Amino acid sequence: MRVLPVGDRALLVEVAGAQEAQALHAELLRRRAEGSLSAREVVPAARTVLLDGVDDPVGVAARLSAEPLPAVPPPVREPVRIPVRYDGPDLADVAAHWGVPPEEVARIHSAAEFRVAFCGFAPGFGYLTGLPDRYAVPRHATPRTAVPAGSVGLAGPYTGVYPRSSPGGWRLIGTTDAVLWDHARVPAALLSPGTPVRFVPSLPEGS
Amino acid sequence: MTDRALVVVRAGALTTVQDLGRPGHAHLGVPRSGALDGPSAALVNRLVGNRPEAAVLETTLDGCDLRPRSAVTVAVAGAPCPVSVDGRAVPWGAPVRVPAGARLSVGRAVLGVRAYVGVSGGVAVDPVLGSRSTDLLSGLGPPPLADGVVLPVGRPDGSPARVDVAAQPGPPAELVLRVTPGPRDDWFTAAAVRTLVSRPYRVSSASNRIGLRTEGPVLERARVGELPSEGMVLGAVQVPPDGRPVVFLADHPTTGGYPVIAVVRAEDLPAAAQAAPGIPLRFAAVGRRR
Repeated sequence: MRVLPVGDRALLVEVAGAQEAQALHAELLRRRAEGSLSAREVVPAARTVLLDGVDDPVGVAARLSAEPLPAVPPPVREPVRIPVRYDGPDLADVAAHWGVPPEEVARIHSAAEFRVAFCGFAPGFGYLTGLPDRYAVPRHATPRTAVPAGSVGLAGPYTGVYPRSSPGGWRLIGTTDAVLWDHARVPAALLSPGTPVRFVPSLPEGS
Repeated sequence: MTDRALVVVRAGALTTVQDLGRPGHAHLGVPRSGALDGPSAALVNRLVGNRPEAAVLETTLDGCDLRPRSAVTVAVAGAPCPVSVDGRAVPWGAPVRVPAGARLSVGRAVLGVRAYVGVSGGVAVDPVLGSRSTDLLSGLGPPPLADGVVLPVGRPDGSPARVDVAAQPGPPAELVLRVTPGPRDDWFTAAAVRTLVSRPYRVSSASNRIGLRTEGPVLERARVGELPSEGMVLGAVQVPPDGRPVVFLADHPTTGGYPVIAVVRAEDLPAAAQAAPGIPLRFAAVGRRR
């Protein structure tokens, strides 16, 4: 684990990979909840957790470097279930990348246990890990100018659901009616870092 | 039914509602947003007797024109600009009473970029996640002002300040941004790190609320490949593949995959908000504060 200072009031804690980052994130949230860590923002990402708005970054960095973090498993929670029609325009293309028939994509994808590794790109957009490494797919070289809200896509090791229509380069395998983001709802985001997720196949429209 | 409202007669190039922003939601992908020149926004609120968290208007270069439906006290600060009520010049940087139905004109900035318009009672659009700020990256908050839009105004809960004209720093002729290196300065050559803090840059016209873009020497990377996405802070100096540093401002993305070579001190960012395109820009290396 490396603790990198970021300006005067933030620290970037770097770990080996996604699982370590999730464990670190859970532990840092626990410390903040119990009052032993003061930070306005705790932002997990691919293999880092950013602490921003830290009053005493030097002290916090020293403490983090001195005591190795316990390998706390993230708290067990019921997964959020997201119904998906596996009818995306890139379904056949993803099947080709995976070397399976197109109808296998839904089975493989919905069998995986996902967790929100981090959020970014847009409010409520989660980067979900859980697919085995061999199913990683590259982004489109040229992003689509408009991806509809509710599109379920793959990029690299991640699965994501577009909270609203936006440009995007992810490979689209399906569609959901789940509302990923509604700022009038509490909480506004259906998915937040650490949330376990399962995708549940539903029948395509008109079948 | 309240008649406390502002009718937007001329929205200007880009006028948005801004307050202290919505920090604390970065882990959900929500930018902090908020007034780019915080001290100027705080000043206009003080001048009209508002609390610091009241929402104000942030204009871009060419101001805006407003018609209050009932008498209000307003104050304009930030970028110096002509201010008038029904065509008659009134002071900039001071509380001004605008009668019901009169036209408040905030003119083109003489210097700087962003003027702030405070109104007694504050702009009272519905808050989103605790803030009324327009976030141009994620689309949260009210859309930028458009001609004909009617903005609700809150009830005043304080008295306007008794000042003639409030002193405030002028927009910079040269923008100097103090930076501390890292966290990813090791992704760049030693020459690139020296270049950043020793060579002249200029503020690019492609700058916006998301980032201050620059023109100047290209910063060369020492490492190839992609950095996995990581959390980004306000003032981060991110270097995209074209090698030209971008300083992240209030509407910056919460995570990003281009390496951050240095971070600008927070106190220097209000001046960055007022640095017009073409202004000379220098990054100055400073030590980390303890």
